[in-house]
Amino acid sequence: MTFTYFLKTAIAGLKTNRSRSALTILGIVIGITAIMLVMSLGQGAQNLILGEIQGIGAKTIAIAPGQQPTGLSSALATFADSLKNRDLTLLQNKANVPYAAKIMPLVFGSEIAAYGNNTYRPTIYGATDFFAQIYDIYPEQGRLFTEDEVKSYADVAVIGSKMKDKLFGNDEALNQKIKIKGRNFRVVGILGKKGQSAFVNFDDAAIVPYTTAQQYIFGIKYFNRMIVEADSEANIDKTVQDIKITLRNSHNITEAAKDDFFVETQAQAMAMVSTITSVLTYFLAAVAAISLIVGGVGIMNIMLVSVTERTREIGLRKSLGATYRDILTQFLMEAVTLTATGGIIGIALGSLWSFIISLVLTKVLGLNWEFTFPLMAAALGVGVAAVIGLVFGLYPARQAAKKSPMEALRYE
Amino acid sequence: MSLIQVKDLTKIFCDDEVETRALAGVSFSINEGEFVAIMGPSGSGKSTLLHILGFLDKHTSGEYYFDGKKSEDHSDEEMARLRNKKMGFIFQAFNLLPRTSVLENVKLPLVYSGINSKLWDEMAMKAIRAVGMEHRINHEPAQLSGGEKQRVAIARALVNAPRVIFADEPTGNLDSKSGQMIMEVLQQLNEAKGHTIILITHETYTAEHAERIIYIKDGLVEGDKKVDKRLKADSFIK
Repeated sequence: MTFTYFLKTAIAGLKTNRSRSALTILGIVIGITAIMLVMSLGQGAQNLILGEIQGIGAKTIAIAPGQQPTGLSSALATFADSLKNRDLTLLQNKANVPYAAKIMPLVFGSEIAAYGNNTYRPTIYGATDFFAQIYDIYPEQGRLFTEDEVKSYADVAVIGSKMKDKLFGNDEALNQKIKIKGRNFRVVGILGKKGQSAFVNFDDAAIVPYTTAQQYIFGIKYFNRMIVEADSEANIDKTVQDIKITLRNSHNITEAAKDDFFVETQAQAMAMVSTITSVLTYFLAAVAAISLIVGGVGIMNIMLVSVTERTREIGLRKSLGATYRDILTQFLMEAVTLTATGGIIGIALGSLWSFIISLVLTKVLGLNWEFTFPLMAAALGVGVAAVIGLVFGLYPARQAAKKSPMEALRYE
Repeated sequence: MSLIQVKDLTKIFCDDEVETRALAGVSFSINEGEFVAIMGPSGSGKSTLLHILGFLDKHTSGEYYFDGKKSEDHSDEEMARLRNKKMGFIFQAFNLLPRTSVLENVKLPLVYSGINSKLWDEMAMKAIRAVGMEHRINHEPAQLSGGEKQRVAIARALVNAPRVIFADEPTGNLDSKSGQMIMEVLQQLNEAKGHTIILITHETYTAEHAERIIYIKDGLVEGDKKVDKRLKADSFIK
């Protein structure tokens, strides 16, 4: 018996009961569609997040106070006040951290800002002019504040587009004064509409010199973060080591386990994000895969019915010389043809849907989302579908092949 | 040497501890090229005998030699191959595959023969011509009359050029005219092409188309005789 004959017979057999075959493969179609969708969207989300992180710059190193968070319980420790002005001075010393090109302290919090009768609650970032370069966000109108303004505790602010709209509406905002914590800040720059960037939404942010923010807005003497940029990617690891040694000396720490700060590079952040999104994606795909098993049981059920219905045909084929193996192959082929067809339809539907969703995310929500065709998932989908056909088709096919030709011929 | 030889063949069916003796020790032999009718009332064991002779069932005791080889010496696979290559079957209920063309139905034994598929069409057409059905090759069984269906079934039995054709009540579902035609085809195959034919029937009229009749009753051979006045019909096959 030739392969093409098997295939033709299987297709002819399935065509005989068109609607039954269609309903049978529906379970497989749904399962594979769901897996394709999850894999494609997971990949897209991962690309999006990684792209955002990459946008910050690969040479960027972040220092946060407190211990490296290892679980939910340690989240509070993030707000420790271990990073002080003294640390900034030490890190800025070329003898301590020779490969640091730039160092920016960062403080942030939420405060009410007012202009006339309008009030708004933006996130306030205290930084240096370097923030624009790190986050790749520059004023559309006006300018950044200068190094001198940082040093002189100047009351100047660069504000986000949404904040501008809320406080000023269509009025001119540049060089107007807004009131934060009783002090008047002059608006020197307005950021363009950028949307979400690297988990920070600058649209509703106000950026002021960190000196002013520490002294007059938050009333603190520590930093929430310090951002260091290494002079080249090759020196990142070296710089991380230098930072750790400098800060341990400064904080009188002798063991790494007792660090009251942690240093994170973009590479680590990216690795962590890809791990999380991958795990999530595979978890969701596994959940979707359960429907495949349900679909497989459906196939087994229908195949058993089909075997019973075709008892006489099986008897006839055997009396004409079909062996156990011939009958087994014939019915397995039918099951696999069913599931493989379901798999292919599922891949097509899954791709179509993820493409539509990517269009919606790009056009409607303005996300920088890229449609990805998960080749791996597609190959896996067809493979899994075929295996399900084999596994769930085997029992009915064996029932068919075991029939004695005489008994089968006598069957009414 | 005879093509088929059975000695003291018995068959006992066990169903829920009730034993039914279908064959109680049957002995005979059939030579190559013979046209034999096995006759008997229903329940006589004649169908069981045909199933055993056609390797569709296994006997309980006794010996069965097909083509000089003992049937127990064959594995299931070998039996399937012998059914395919050396035996042809014709059934009372035709047993054609529904929604499948005449040509495809006749090709069915070739599918399991290991013969190159390029030759199938030609071989099937030859068998279809032998029963005079070449004008219906693309019809499906539902579009054929009973007699036509049985002629297609005969073509299917012929396609692998078997040594012996087993016919189980081939005229049982046919009107007398169609039945007559089928018997003519079988006679012709026996006389012109030398096929050995073993026919099961309970009608004397049908049986008398054969050269020899073996009478079975209650699982035993009751008689075995040559047909004196063999019924003949005008040649159907050209």
